[in-house]
Amino acid sequence: MKELVGRPYHELRPRLGKDFSVRELVDAYLENIERLDGQVRAYLTVTADRARAQAQELDDRLARREPLPPLAGMPVAVKDNLCTRGVRTTCGSRILEPFVPPYDATAVQRLREAGAVLLGKTNLDEFAMGSSTENSGFFSTRNPWRLDHVPGGSSGGSAAAVAAGEALAALGSDTGGSIRQPASLCGVVGLKPTYGRVSRYGLVAFASSLDQIGPLSLDVRDCALVLQAISGHDPHDSTSVDLPVPDVVASLEAGVRGLRVGVPVEFFGEGLHPGVRQAVLEAVRVLEGLGARVEEVALPTLEYALPTYYLIACAEASSNLARYDGVAYGYRSPGAHDLYTLYARTRAEGFGPEVKRRIMLGTFALSEGYYEGFYKKAQQVRTLVRRDFDRCFQRVDVLATPTSPVAGFRLGERTADPLQMYLADVYTIPVNLAGLPGISVPCGFVDGLPVGLQLVGRPFEEATVLRVAYAYEQATEWHRHRCPLLRG
Amino acid sequence: MRITPEVVERVARLSRLELTEEERATFASQLSSILEYFARLDRLPTEGVEPTSHAIRVTNVFRPDQVVPSLPVEAVVAMAPQAHEGFVVVPRVLEAEE
Repeated sequence: MKELVGRPYHELRPRLGKDFSVRELVDAYLENIERLDGQVRAYLTVTADRARAQAQELDDRLARREPLPPLAGMPVAVKDNLCTRGVRTTCGSRILEPFVPPYDATAVQRLREAGAVLLGKTNLDEFAMGSSTENSGFFSTRNPWRLDHVPGGSSGGSAAAVAAGEALAALGSDTGGSIRQPASLCGVVGLKPTYGRVSRYGLVAFASSLDQIGPLSLDVRDCALVLQAISGHDPHDSTSVDLPVPDVVASLEAGVRGLRVGVPVEFFGEGLHPGVRQAVLEAVRVLEGLGARVEEVALPTLEYALPTYYLIACAEASSNLARYDGVAYGYRSPGAHDLYTLYARTRAEGFGPEVKRRIMLGTFALSEGYYEGFYKKAQQVRTLVRRDFDRCFQRVDVLATPTSPVAGFRLGERTADPLQMYLADVYTIPVNLAGLPGISVPCGFVDGLPVGLQLVGRPFEEATVLRVAYAYEQATEWHRHRCPLLRG
Repeated sequence: MRITPEVVERVARLSRLELTEEERATFASQLSSILEYFARLDRLPTEGVEPTSHAIRVTNVFRPDQVVPSLPVEAVVAMAPQAHEGFVVVPRVLEAEE
């Protein structure tokens, strides 16, 4: 059943229960994990027994000719910062190594209700802080396209799993690019929904005003199917928005004729790899060829978005991560005899260097004497970034940019200099600051490594973003490429 | 912006992080260069600009004040590193009187 692996769900679905069973599909994926994950290292936990049991249950329903839910039998992976009842959820951190949540994140529960089968939990940069998955407290994940390269991050495990055929789709989280950037580097589709579109209940908090959960998949249609399943209001997350969820699958084929596509000039300046520039501009020409109207727009605050993001994200993180104190759950340092030492030593031993760096940066930016100059300043610049986007969206319907300035980088290449690592997210970060929906779709290769095209839309216009991505994808072949590792 | 090891130590204490001598030195130099890069924000005038705390406008969300089942105590206490008869055990908080 090896030929089942690496095919999009929407192609398999009509054959389910006829050419193969759910159990056979799930087994094919579990076997591929067995075959490849020793090299890719996408998973922190594989839940093979549960997956087989769930598959059997779905096959029984098939046998009774019960109608099946929309994602029945889809073998999925979930980033390990999303709570899964009874399944260890580490957040890639030693401080949560022993943590087994007593509840499911809403997005996980909705996937399960839609019939998706959980294969396991994927690796990430500790607390989703990083752009290469090298900050994991456990091990680094490899890029399946080239094993000495990073898969991107922080949802590197989820992106690598989809690219290597170790999951048909996956959930990630995106605070500053953590779904789109690894999707770009691993040659898969990754979508960050509008802030508030998907409930964050059960997502371990990093920066609460920026975090959002979204899908990674082989192509745009699968992406839309997963988004449809996880979207919508949830009383458990008061920032999830109580708006009707449109049918994003039904509108995929509406085309781009007459749609206005904006190309923000600042995203094509210094620091962009020439090969990436060429691939993205070629993608814009494809959209033009399909009838879209292309025009240049300006986002002059781009160069300020990165520091703004890091100040806000670190400030929020320093507050959110105060809960890891060794008291009620997670790791506790042995041998502390007073409360201060219990906190300070537990955190010293439990957190890795990047998490400590960001807690320090955030605490500094919020501390007396520095608050006005750093944190408040960043919040004001955030307003200016948002206004830049508002101005663009008065003239155009979507923006087209590179997802990442480079196609990829080697393991260890950027770990010595935190600032170099931060620059990996320079094109994705502004989208989070403005809370907008953004997708990355494969649009070419540079030196054998995939390149991603980022499309950004107005708030809650995921349908438009997906429709443009789908039109582009159907006009090209990039989404059909599979990494040599999977083919071999 | 120069961040001295003394500032690092003060921030570490606020952050409840025990640092080694080596970490203090590394963080001092790394935070200095990060903040130096961040100083480019000063070039952008922001006088009178409203700060944004959430990109999508959020207002207070209320729900009826009704009792709903919560997680069972046993399930919650089971997560604690140390527990005793349904309670989480922590080091002594108050000094014992001699």
